[in-house]
Amino acid sequence: MRWPLASRSLAVPETAPRIPFNIPKPNQEQIVLLITIVLLVVFGFTLSGFATVSNLLNLLRSISILGVLGLGMGLIVISRGIDLSQVATLAGCWAIALIEMQRGVPVGAAVLLALAIALLIGVTNGVMVAFVEAPPLFVTLAAGFVIYGLAFWLAPAWVVYAPKDAAGLMFAGAGRLFGVPVPILVFAVSAIAMHLFLSRTSIGRFIYAQGDNPEAARLTGIPLRPLIVLEYALVAFLAWLAGLVWVGTTGSMQMAITQGTMIFDVVLVVVIGGISLIGGRGSVFSVVVGCILIGTLLNAFTIMDVNSEVQNIIKGVVLLAAIVLDNFLHPRDEETARQGD
Amino acid sequence: MSTIEAFAESLTQSARRFSPRLLLSELLLKQWFEPVVPFTVMIGLWLYFALTIPDYASVQNGLSLLRLFAEFGFVALAMGFCLISGGIDLSVGAIFALCNFAALFFLLVMEWPVGLVVVATLCVGAALGSINGLLIGFLKTRPFLTTLVTLIILRASVNLLNTGYAQVFATNSVDSDAWDFIGTGSVLGVPVNAAALFAVLLICHIFLSRSRYGWHLTAIGASRKAARHAGIRVRLMLFLTYVLSGSLCAASGIFYAARQASTDSTTGVGWEFQALTAVVLGGISLAGGKGTVWRAMIGALIVFLLINGLVRMGIPGYVTSAVTGMILLAAVGIDVKWSKNRGKAIQKIYVNPAYVAFSPAPSVQRGSASPFAQNDRLIHAQAIGLDQVEGPEDVIVDRQGRVYGSTRDGNVIRFSGENLEQREVFAHIGGRPLGMQFDRDENLIVAVAGMGVYGVAPDGRVFKVTDETNRTWYKLNDDSRLRMADDLDIAPDGKIYFSDCTTRYEMTTNTLDILEARPNGRVVCYDPKTRTTRTVINHFYFPNGVCVSHDGQSVLIASTSLCKIFRYWIEGPKKGKTEVLIDELPGNPDNINRASDGNYWLALVGIRTPTFDLSVRKPGFRLRMVKQVPTDEWLAPALNHGCVLKFNERGEALESWWDPTGISHSTLTSMREHKGYLYLGGLENNRIGRIKLDGVDESWTGYDAYWGDKSRVRG
Repeated sequence: MRWPLASRSLAVPETAPRIPFNIPKPNQEQIVLLITIVLLVVFGFTLSGFATVSNLLNLLRSISILGVLGLGMGLIVISRGIDLSQVATLAGCWAIALIEMQRGVPVGAAVLLALAIALLIGVTNGVMVAFVEAPPLFVTLAAGFVIYGLAFWLAPAWVVYAPKDAAGLMFAGAGRLFGVPVPILVFAVSAIAMHLFLSRTSIGRFIYAQGDNPEAARLTGIPLRPLIVLEYALVAFLAWLAGLVWVGTTGSMQMAITQGTMIFDVVLVVVIGGISLIGGRGSVFSVVVGCILIGTLLNAFTIMDVNSEVQNIIKGVVLLAAIVLDNFLHPRDEETARQGD
Repeated sequence: MSTIEAFAESLTQSARRFSPRLLLSELLLKQWFEPVVPFTVMIGLWLYFALTIPDYASVQNGLSLLRLFAEFGFVALAMGFCLISGGIDLSVGAIFALCNFAALFFLLVMEWPVGLVVVATLCVGAALGSINGLLIGFLKTRPFLTTLVTLIILRASVNLLNTGYAQVFATNSVDSDAWDFIGTGSVLGVPVNAAALFAVLLICHIFLSRSRYGWHLTAIGASRKAARHAGIRVRLMLFLTYVLSGSLCAASGIFYAARQASTDSTTGVGWEFQALTAVVLGGISLAGGKGTVWRAMIGALIVFLLINGLVRMGIPGYVTSAVTGMILLAAVGIDVKWSKNRGKAIQKIYVNPAYVAFSPAPSVQRGSASPFAQNDRLIHAQAIGLDQVEGPEDVIVDRQGRVYGSTRDGNVIRFSGENLEQREVFAHIGGRPLGMQFDRDENLIVAVAGMGVYGVAPDGRVFKVTDETNRTWYKLNDDSRLRMADDLDIAPDGKIYFSDCTTRYEMTTNTLDILEARPNGRVVCYDPKTRTTRTVINHFYFPNGVCVSHDGQSVLIASTSLCKIFRYWIEGPKKGKTEVLIDELPGNPDNINRASDGNYWLALVGIRTPTFDLSVRKPGFRLRMVKQVPTDEWLAPALNHGCVLKFNERGEALESWWDPTGISHSTLTSMREHKGYLYLGGLENNRIGRIKLDGVDESWTGYDAYWGDKSRVRG
């Protein structure tokens, strides 16, 4: 007698028939992509010289540095961290390397020196965040100043030029492969690699888990502290890569970028694209679309010859709006938030 | 022993008693100790520059430094408020720069009067702050990133405005005494901006530490959730915090404008970073809810002196930047680690055992001629209130023959009737009632651990006698409260002498005090005539039992951790002197009470063992034990024996009564004689015991021995 009763109570209710024509709710990446396309079309028609192949290639090349940096920032924001010292890392390690090249160190060795410096910075940041448990915002903000000061001490010039004869060094920034500028390829390869890393490897999934809920990730046995150090080292590595492109493109390294607002462009790219500051959300695709949008805007600003201060104000307002929107879409519990979150 | 040897002995004693760890643990507990570190750094920095830079220490230089510092001080104060509220304001430098511009604009372009300029600029600052406030307070965005972005926007705006008006500012000038006074004036010899800063600091200090809204601000920083639950308007308070921050920056901008009368793209650049470094260095915690305006100022002075000094020594700006960054990194790291581990650190070093050498232990060998020889005289004691009392530490019998026990649950339990079978709660005092005594009016005076000394009137009404004594001025731990009043007795003149056995621990942790074996206790006297309480013997090794001698001339005091009985003279030629009455005891003494034959009863709560005697000479061993071994496995004196002994006025032990099984009467802490019976109480026992005594005065009662015809007080 009991069995049929139990089986009936356990019976799975029939699923309601799905409405065939429901339109999926667009996510942030798709909205941003749509806005970008609209902007591209609008600028193409209104700005003379925008919709030319050379300008579009130029646009892609200019955003590739931003893009490579954005991949690093995206990674760290997904893990619920942030790295405000990224641009300083880029400038610092390459300024020192270029000075060493001028002093006669072989190009290859200097490039490796730059990499070593970048990784050292990344690991130091990671240790401060993971083991000292200081909030990442404070750590990387302070690290930015320290890197700037130390780099300037070792390489005391606002602009450090690359040696003229180092063709290999220039390849990543100025070369072309099958007619495509190499920076674009660098960005594309890094994006694909980062995508595979984040979505196909267990460490990548751990990073999402950490960003979603660090405490739960730790309790499931993920070695959170080494993971954090790895993340900051990866960010620094990408900063080094972006620096390689930068040096190739401009033939020099400008320390002034450490004092500028470039780091906020990177944060903007990431946040606009849909990598929420709350962590655990977004993907490489977010960085790519964010990057194209910001790159388009910056390119248009340049063609329209907008004052850089006005540009800063516009970017600031957009970033503020993005932060407010992000906060609205992904509300965090501000009552338990730590300082510097 | 010669005088020199005695002197050497006392020297080694004091050397053993002093412990840097002890000092440190008590220092770390102090609220004022944390700011001492940055303050020392500040003084050290100033001294360093005074020694290395010529004319640095002059009054002239001091005043000019103050004039340079004041504006940064305002900005650091603004940052401090935001950090205390649990947020941060990185736009302070930009707001400062914009307000500097606004003041010049209002004055030179709009040509407004100075008063209006000041008010309008403050409004500009408040308005800019309110943008941050709206975003953070009401839209709940992240303070760090939000203000970082407003910093960029405002900084870009300043640069735009500067390029538009730099020419105008350079050519226009205004002839106003008031404006000049704001810029270069002095109040009582102090630069006007520094004087204003000091006034603002005073107001802000009172606001933060004494006013309702200051407390709200701190509460929000400490725990936003708790603040909301307490009914604090969190959003509004946060909004107003950023408005306040903006206004403080505006004040800074006004003074800067009046002093410099110029604006350029470097005005206030990096100040947010310096201000952040300053307040964190001063000890305003990143976690929020902790900090004072003075600590913000100490940090601000350090950063200012450092940067100013480095500039004077001709060190380039990038080094300063790196140094400031490193200081911020270190300060943030220390802040995070310290706020997380402070309690643990103090706990780890709080217990500091000392070296003590016991006198030799007399033999307790069964069947020997020693008065301490073990026997079975307590095994068959009659049980009163079996399983009806929870640890009667002290027992007492009133004139009607009713038995009282002070129990763990904060009660005084009374047994009455023919066979003492009727149980009632005579009074509920709370705390842990311990020693008891009847005064002349038959009020039961009770020493209550954790509360002080209380009285119970014959009708059961509870009243407070005293709960504090005079504070020892040189002690770091505030010892004015009575922590653990243990036993008491009343002198013929009505003065209540009682022991307060520890000033470093509590009732629940008093074992640690015994293991520490330091003179942390004291003997205190309450004078009912003047209603005053004062410490008569400070620094006493765990004073426990207290008994006024039969003649009323002295007080006998048992020291549990030294295993000795002392006599303190309260009358006669030796008044005020303390001497050892019994030097060698086989166990740890507890309460002392009068016996009918003019002698005294003494309870031993624990019996000494050779291992425990050895351990008291090994402070390092006891420290490791406390830190590494769980509490229930600590080495202790033998607690599974019960022993009561009798000694005479000269301190000679006469007889002893034992329960060596520890089944019915272990850890005996008290005994009272009443009409031929001896009543027994114990700290951990589930009963009150009673044995018949042979050959004693069967009409003798405790009350009569103190206040009636059995009293032996002379004169």
